[in-house]
Amino acid sequence: MRTLQVTISSMEQTALIPHLFRTEYRKIVSVLCKLFGIDHIEIAEDIVSDTFLLASELWGLKGLPENPAAWLYTVAKNKTKDYLKRNTLFAQNISKEIKYTTTTSEEIEIDLSVKNINDSQLAMMFVVCHPCNAPEAQIGLALNLLCGFGVDEIASAFLTNKTVIYKRLQRAKEKLRIEKIKIEQPTTTEINDRLPAVLMTLYLLFNEGYYSASQDITLRKDLCLEAMRLTYMLIENEQLNKPAANALLSLMCFHSSRFDSRLNQQGEIVLYQDQDTARWNQELIEKGEYFLNQASEGDTLSKYHLEAGIAYWHTIKADTVNKWENILQLYNHLLLIEYSPIAALNRTYALAKARTKKEAIIEAEKINLTGNHLYHSLLGELYMSIDNTKAIAHFNNALTLTHSTADKTLINKKIQLCEQPIK
Amino acid sequence: MKDFLLIFRTDIAAMPKRSPEEMQANTKRWMDWIGGIAAQNKLTDRGNRLMLTGKVLNPGNVIADGPYSEIKESIIGYSIVKANTEEEATELAKDCPILAAGGNVEIREISVL
Repeated sequence: MRTLQVTISSMEQTALIPHLFRTEYRKIVSVLCKLFGIDHIEIAEDIVSDTFLLASELWGLKGLPENPAAWLYTVAKNKTKDYLKRNTLFAQNISKEIKYTTTTSEEIEIDLSVKNINDSQLAMMFVVCHPCNAPEAQIGLALNLLCGFGVDEIASAFLTNKTVIYKRLQRAKEKLRIEKIKIEQPTTTEINDRLPAVLMTLYLLFNEGYYSASQDITLRKDLCLEAMRLTYMLIENEQLNKPAANALLSLMCFHSSRFDSRLNQQGEIVLYQDQDTARWNQELIEKGEYFLNQASEGDTLSKYHLEAGIAYWHTIKADTVNKWENILQLYNHLLLIEYSPIAALNRTYALAKARTKKEAIIEAEKINLTGNHLYHSLLGELYMSIDNTKAIAHFNNALTLTHSTADKTLINKKIQLCEQPIK
Repeated sequence: MKDFLLIFRTDIAAMPKRSPEEMQANTKRWMDWIGGIAAQNKLTDRGNRLMLTGKVLNPGNVIADGPYSEIKESIIGYSIVKANTEEEATELAKDCPILAAGGNVEIREISVL
C-alpha cells in the first residue's frame, strides 16, 4: 500500500518546487522557531523566506540541486549563523534560553535532524493551535507558519483582503508572545488536554478548502491537502496516534476522494447525486477505510467518527435505502453530540432518501432555518415533482439569500427543471 | 426558550416481548424522533433510559421493590427539550415512539433553582 503522502503528492499536479517549499518551509521554520523561542518567530520566518527566495532564483537559473532539501537546510543553517554573528546581542539572549548549547553564538547547534524536525513541527502545531487565539486566527497561523502560505494566498482563501489577514496574523502572534506560549514538546497531559483543539483547527482548515466559496480551485485543494499532511503528521507520532485523529484523517480522505468530481469543466459545482462516480478517487477511499478502522480502537466516539462514517457511506456508489438509512442514523447521533444547521439539513435530505419526500418535508419545515439559502434549496429539492410551484418559490428564496455565483447557477438550473412541462 | 422535562411512562408488565430485529427497529424510531428534535436545535439533553428494577424507600426505613409497586405505569426514561411554551413542548413530544407502544409522555417545565 502506498503511503498517504505518496497519494497526496500524486494528487498534486503542481511541480516539485511548490510542494517541496511547503513541506520544507514548515520543517525549517519549526526548528528555528523552537530554537529562537516565541518572541522571535518573525526572525525565523525571515531567514527561511530568504532561503527560499535564493533557492527560487538559483534553481531557476541552474536547475535543481541533487538533493534540494539538503541544499535548503545548508543555506538556512548558514543564514542563521550569519544572522547570529551579526546580531550578537540576540544570539546571547537566545543562548541564555537554550540550556543545552554553549555560550558562544558560533557554537549554537542548528539541529536539522529528522528527530528534531519532527519534534519541532509537533511543538509548533500545538503553539499554532493554542486556544488563546480564536479559531480563524489559528487557521491563519497554521497556513502561515506551518504551510508557508503568504498573506495573499490566505486572503484569497478567506475571501478577504490582505490587510485584514496581515493584522489578524500580527495580532495572533502578539497574543502568543503575551501569553508566553512555550515552543516545546507537549507533555502527555498537554496532549490529552489540547489535542481536541488541534484536531478542531485541522478540521476547520480542511473545511476552509473543501467548502470555501473561493474560485481558486488549486488553492482550495492545496488547503485540503495541507490539512491532511498535518493530520498525518500527528498520527505518525506514537503519542498522538489517537482514535479521534484517525477518524479525522479518514473523514478527510473520504471527502477529498470526491474533490475532482465535485466540479465540472466549467468549474461549476456538481451535486453529489449527479457526480460521475468513476471520477471518485478509489485510492483515497481505501485510505479512508484504513484510517476509519484504526479509529475504531478504544471506546471514544467523536464527532469525527460519526462524520467519517457518514462520509464512508457516501463513497458507496449504489443508491440504496440501506445506505441512506445508515446515513440518517449517523446524522441522528451527530446531532445529539453537536447541533449545526448543515447537519440538520443533511439529516433531512437523508430522511427523504431513506423514507419518503413527504415525511422529509414535514421535518424540514420544523427546522425552520428560513434565513439559510441551503434550507430553501433543500425544500425546493424536496418539493420538486410533488409541488413545483412551491419548489420554485423556495428556489427563488435561495437565490436571494446566496451570494455565490456557483450556487446561483445551480439553483437556476433547478428552476428550469421545475418549469419544464412533464413529458 | 425554557427547558422542559419529558418523562416517558409505560406499563412494563404489558410491554411486548421483542425480537432483536424489533428492538433494533424500536431503537431507530427513538433515534429518528430525538434526532428530529435535535435537528430543530431544541434538544437540551437526550437524557437516559432507566433500568426496569429499583427500590422505593418510605419513611421508617420501609423499603419496597419498585418502582412499580403502587402504580401500574413506571418511568422508563426522560429527555430534556427546549421550547417557548408548554404547548410547543407538547408538540415536540407528539411523535414520541412510546405513544405508539401504549405509554405516555408527561411534559413538565423545569423551574430553575
